[in-house]
Amino acid sequence: MDHAPTTLIGDALNRVDGPAKVTGTAMYAGDYKIEGGISEGYIVEAPVGPGRITKLDVSAAENADGVIAVLTYRNAPAQKPYGTPEDEGRFTQSHAVLENDQVRHFGEPVALVVAETLEQARYAASLIEIEIEPGEGVYNPLEHRDQEEQPESVDGLSEVDTYEGDFDAEFAGSDFTVEASYFTGAQHSAAMEPHVTVAQWDGEKLTIHMAIQIIASAVSAFANTLGIDEENIRIISPFTGGGFGSKLGVHNEAILAALAAKHCGCAVRVAQTRRNVFANGPHRSRHLQELKLGAGKDGKLKAIRHYSLASMARNYPFAEAPASPTRASYSANAIHTIHRVVKADIPKVDSMRAPGEAIGTLTFETAIDELAEKCGIDPVEFRLINEPQADPTSGDDFASRRLVECIRTGAEKFGWSGRVKPGSRREGRKLIGHGMAVAIRPNTLSPASAEVSLTADGRLTARLDMTDIGTGSYTILTQIAAETLSIPADRITMELGDSSFPTTAGSGGSFGAASSGSALFDACNSLKSALGERLAQAGVTANAFTIKGEKIVAGDREIALADILDQDGLQAEGSVDPDNHGNGKAEYSYGVQFAEVEVDADTGELRVRRMVGVFDAGRILNRKTARSQLMGGMIFGIGGALLEESLVDDRYGSFMNRDFAEYHIAVNRDVPDLDVNMLDGYSKGSNPLGSKGIGELGICGAGPAIANAVYEATGVRVRKFPIHLEDVLDQLPAL
Amino acid sequence: MKPFEYDRLENSHDLSAVANGRYLGGGTNLIDLMKHQIETPDVLVDVTRAGMDTIEQRDGAVLVGSQVSNTDLAAHPLIRKHYSVLSTALLSGATQQLRNKATTGGNFLQRTRCQYFYDTKRACNKRQPGSGCDAMNGLNRFHAILGESENCIAVHPSDMAVAMAALDAVVLTRKPDGSERRIPAADLHRLPGDRPDLDHVLEQGELIVGVELPEKPPKLQAYRKVRDRSSYAFAVVSAAVALDVEDGQMRNVRIGLGGVAHKPWRASKAEAALEGKAPDTALFMQAMREEMADATGHGHNDFKITLAPRVVVSMLKQLTGLGEN
Ligand SMILES: Cc1cc2nc3c(=O)[nH]c(=O)nc-3n(C[C@H](O)[C@H](O)[C@H](O)COP(=O)(O)OP(=O)(O)OC[C@H]3O[C@@H](n4cnc5c(N)ncnc54)[C@H](O)[C@@H]3O)c2cc1C
Repeated sequence: MDHAPTTLIGDALNRVDGPAKVTGTAMYAGDYKIEGGISEGYIVEAPVGPGRITKLDVSAAENADGVIAVLTYRNAPAQKPYGTPEDEGRFTQSHAVLENDQVRHFGEPVALVVAETLEQARYAASLIEIEIEPGEGVYNPLEHRDQEEQPESVDGLSEVDTYEGDFDAEFAGSDFTVEASYFTGAQHSAAMEPHVTVAQWDGEKLTIHMAIQIIASAVSAFANTLGIDEENIRIISPFTGGGFGSKLGVHNEAILAALAAKHCGCAVRVAQTRRNVFANGPHRSRHLQELKLGAGKDGKLKAIRHYSLASMARNYPFAEAPASPTRASYSANAIHTIHRVVKADIPKVDSMRAPGEAIGTLTFETAIDELAEKCGIDPVEFRLINEPQADPTSGDDFASRRLVECIRTGAEKFGWSGRVKPGSRREGRKLIGHGMAVAIRPNTLSPASAEVSLTADGRLTARLDMTDIGTGSYTILTQIAAETLSIPADRITMELGDSSFPTTAGSGGSFGAASSGSALFDACNSLKSALGERLAQAGVTANAFTIKGEKIVAGDREIALADILDQDGLQAEGSVDPDNHGNGKAEYSYGVQFAEVEVDADTGELRVRRMVGVFDAGRILNRKTARSQLMGGMIFGIGGALLEESLVDDRYGSFMNRDFAEYHIAVNRDVPDLDVNMLDGYSKGSNPLGSKGIGELGICGAGPAIANAVYEATGVRVRKFPIHLEDVLDQLPAL
Repeated sequence: MKPFEYDRLENSHDLSAVANGRYLGGGTNLIDLMKHQIETPDVLVDVTRAGMDTIEQRDGAVLVGSQVSNTDLAAHPLIRKHYSVLSTALLSGATQQLRNKATTGGNFLQRTRCQYFYDTKRACNKRQPGSGCDAMNGLNRFHAILGESENCIAVHPSDMAVAMAALDAVVLTRKPDGSERRIPAADLHRLPGDRPDLDHVLEQGELIVGVELPEKPPKLQAYRKVRDRSSYAFAVVSAAVALDVEDGQMRNVRIGLGGVAHKPWRASKAEAALEGKAPDTALFMQAMREEMADATGHGHNDFKITLAPRVVVSMLKQLTGLGEN
């Protein structure tokens, strides 16, 4: 047993890249240095949109100190038309910028100033004179409901709408009903690292250092935008400073850097400023969601109808699916889910952490809470009553579903003692409320591949184009290799984030760990078999062996690796194909969230006091990084319920709170004691590792648990998020 | 950022060379605004090394140099003991890092956080006189309900200045010609009227040297800041309240309001209504309603007309022992 590997899958291994990050040696895109220096690009934004540029005078800027060039639609290198080829997805089609004199939306780049220093570029940018003839813009979908349309597809789901059962009859036959409209505000991922790209051309070859979540589709996006071969593009992105969906695809700074580097013949860095990110990065659309629910006297759900209306950025095909959780949470005789969009002249709308579920559970789980109350049934009990035996919409069996266990465990850990009369629980000046909600998030697997190489010095190197966006990819992949090959973690070098490495699906949709992890697992197993063969050739037959220093230990035999490996070591490849997994089962991660809030009875200020989350995410790959992911998700939930909103001035279609002082993400003091629990398990069939997605699960249900607690504290049912103090102010007790 | 000259003031007594400059304190507000091309001074005169960095007691009053950091001022034993409302107000502002850099003088003169002031693409009479006010019919949840004009509904964002106003502090200044002024803190800032570009009454080149906190401040003091997020957020509404209760009667009642006007707002009508009376919740509410008689909302900020009185009444109840913590 002394040969047992020290690191196993599931261990709370500290981040292997932690020391590099805290000592500043981890190379983020913006940190990249080139001998001879990098020129700096500064984005000049359109003041309004849509519209046509009628004046663009850059002469003063061109003559300013240090300026190398000013790129506009007049001199930018050729690109393929924005949005082409149309049959490709939004990540890979052309992301052309500075295309022509048309402005699609406020904040779109109309020029890029390239100078020796950022300060010079920024100042020169202020000298540019722009005039735009504004066109008719659509900004707020609620003001243009006549333009409502069914999107061709919605994010993450195979069907845009579903109509199971006879909704009208079931709703009419319900004893208790809820019918309400909910509004959620626009949001920005607001990752700590703004979008940044450094581009460099060497003849035909383009090298890109950028902050990105998925490398392979970014390569295609550059190829499709610039009209060049994918073989000539290399993207390097070993570390990304947070993404939350906002870096799934390429954004304006990336294309601008490539164009400018070409035009100027030098390396160019374009870093979005924090203000840029709010118009040149993607956002979550505001949504109207209408819910109609009906139940019988016994609390059994009869009818559910969930309709959602969002903005879709014109020519950028993405629609979020807030009714996703509604399709799979509870059994009901009729479930109708409908997604509609209005095409709008606004910056890109795209995925933000837990697209669909973050705002879908926020409204749906609030409505469920309302219905439970009308039925006079405890919200915990109500959910147990409506637990389905198979997927309520597709009818498929569940791959694994331990939601009931989550709910029971959570209720006990939180000390759930049933609903009290709203507004009746008080401690001094604080009104106290408890609330709960269910978390659910589809679990997916994406194609991925990996390669590993073991050398005679006992070191293993693994390569895959997986990214680490702060989640812990390096660490869990190290653990998977360590356990599979029985090799100490500190002998493993994980090389990620380079388009020259085997392709994965990158980080997104909570599929990253399972997909790249499974590919690496496969590669390590292949290497293990190959090693077994080499051992056999050397006359050693062993079922198990351990790599220890420069030796391989099998039973009581020790063999120098050099004796059985080739000069350049031993290599293996691996992959995962989602078609071989899943077996037609319904795949979700689950959880439950309980929250206690306090509301200042005098001022209405809302704060979260404690939260308990219990999650079923299959096999946990690293207890520490998993906990951090879930905790981060719960904090996002606090933001969604109480804080985060990108405010739009509908006269201009522009976001107004474009910095961290005004766009409120939760700060430490808003985050109370979070009790994060995981039901460790093994989700058979989901993927070779038995894990399920975890990166977005923690947000799901967190917001509505808080909103339901606000209701219990105050008796006010707020249906507009984030909830602000003025939403409860008028109903507070008299002073 | 427009190129500028950097100068350093070695001695706060000779200001003649800086007649055209802007003073640079901690730079936490000015530098941001310069990056956004909202402030475009030709000369920056760094005053952080020109002395004015002590807190001293003189004839009972406390003199605070303009270069004392927000952190040091909040932590000073004299301030914590006798002017706790100031300490609490300072600590409710910004973040630790910002307070370490921010100076007493700079805090007074920080500019509004109105989002239309910050966005150079939108109309703002404060930033660009005559361009209009996009906040008036726009996003104005954070905006003024008292003393605003048709030209500007911005609020002054400082927490410290609200406490200073309630304490009857006096701002000490020196002009380039060497003359000195004593300006009551409550009169340092202006109402917007038809010159919203002018935040305050200081003249070009007039330096804030320090602040005088008068002796014998009221004994009961509190600052409360209502905000959306528990830290690192500007006030939705804030209040500084100071008073004494002698023989069952309220004396020296001072109420400063933040987040409601273009300047720290002394609720003098309410103060007068309470002075000499016995503490009573209904009276508190009535006094604050009188104060709000002229208040106007602009849509998103209507709730402040309800909120501001509730905050002050809650504080008065707490200070006079009628309410809960
Ligand atoms: C993200 C963020 C959040 C914040 N949150 C809060 C908050 O919640 N509450 C709050 O009250 N504040 C808050 N602040 C503002 C902060 O308090 C101010 O930026 C700070 O107090 C300004 O002081 P300073 O010394 O850095 O001033 P500077 O930026 O150096 O100067 C500000 C102005 O004062 C002038 N000036 C400076 N010193 C003098 C002097 N001695 N004489 C004459 N003129 C002078 C300058 O010319 C300039 O116009 C926040 C700031 C930021 C960036």
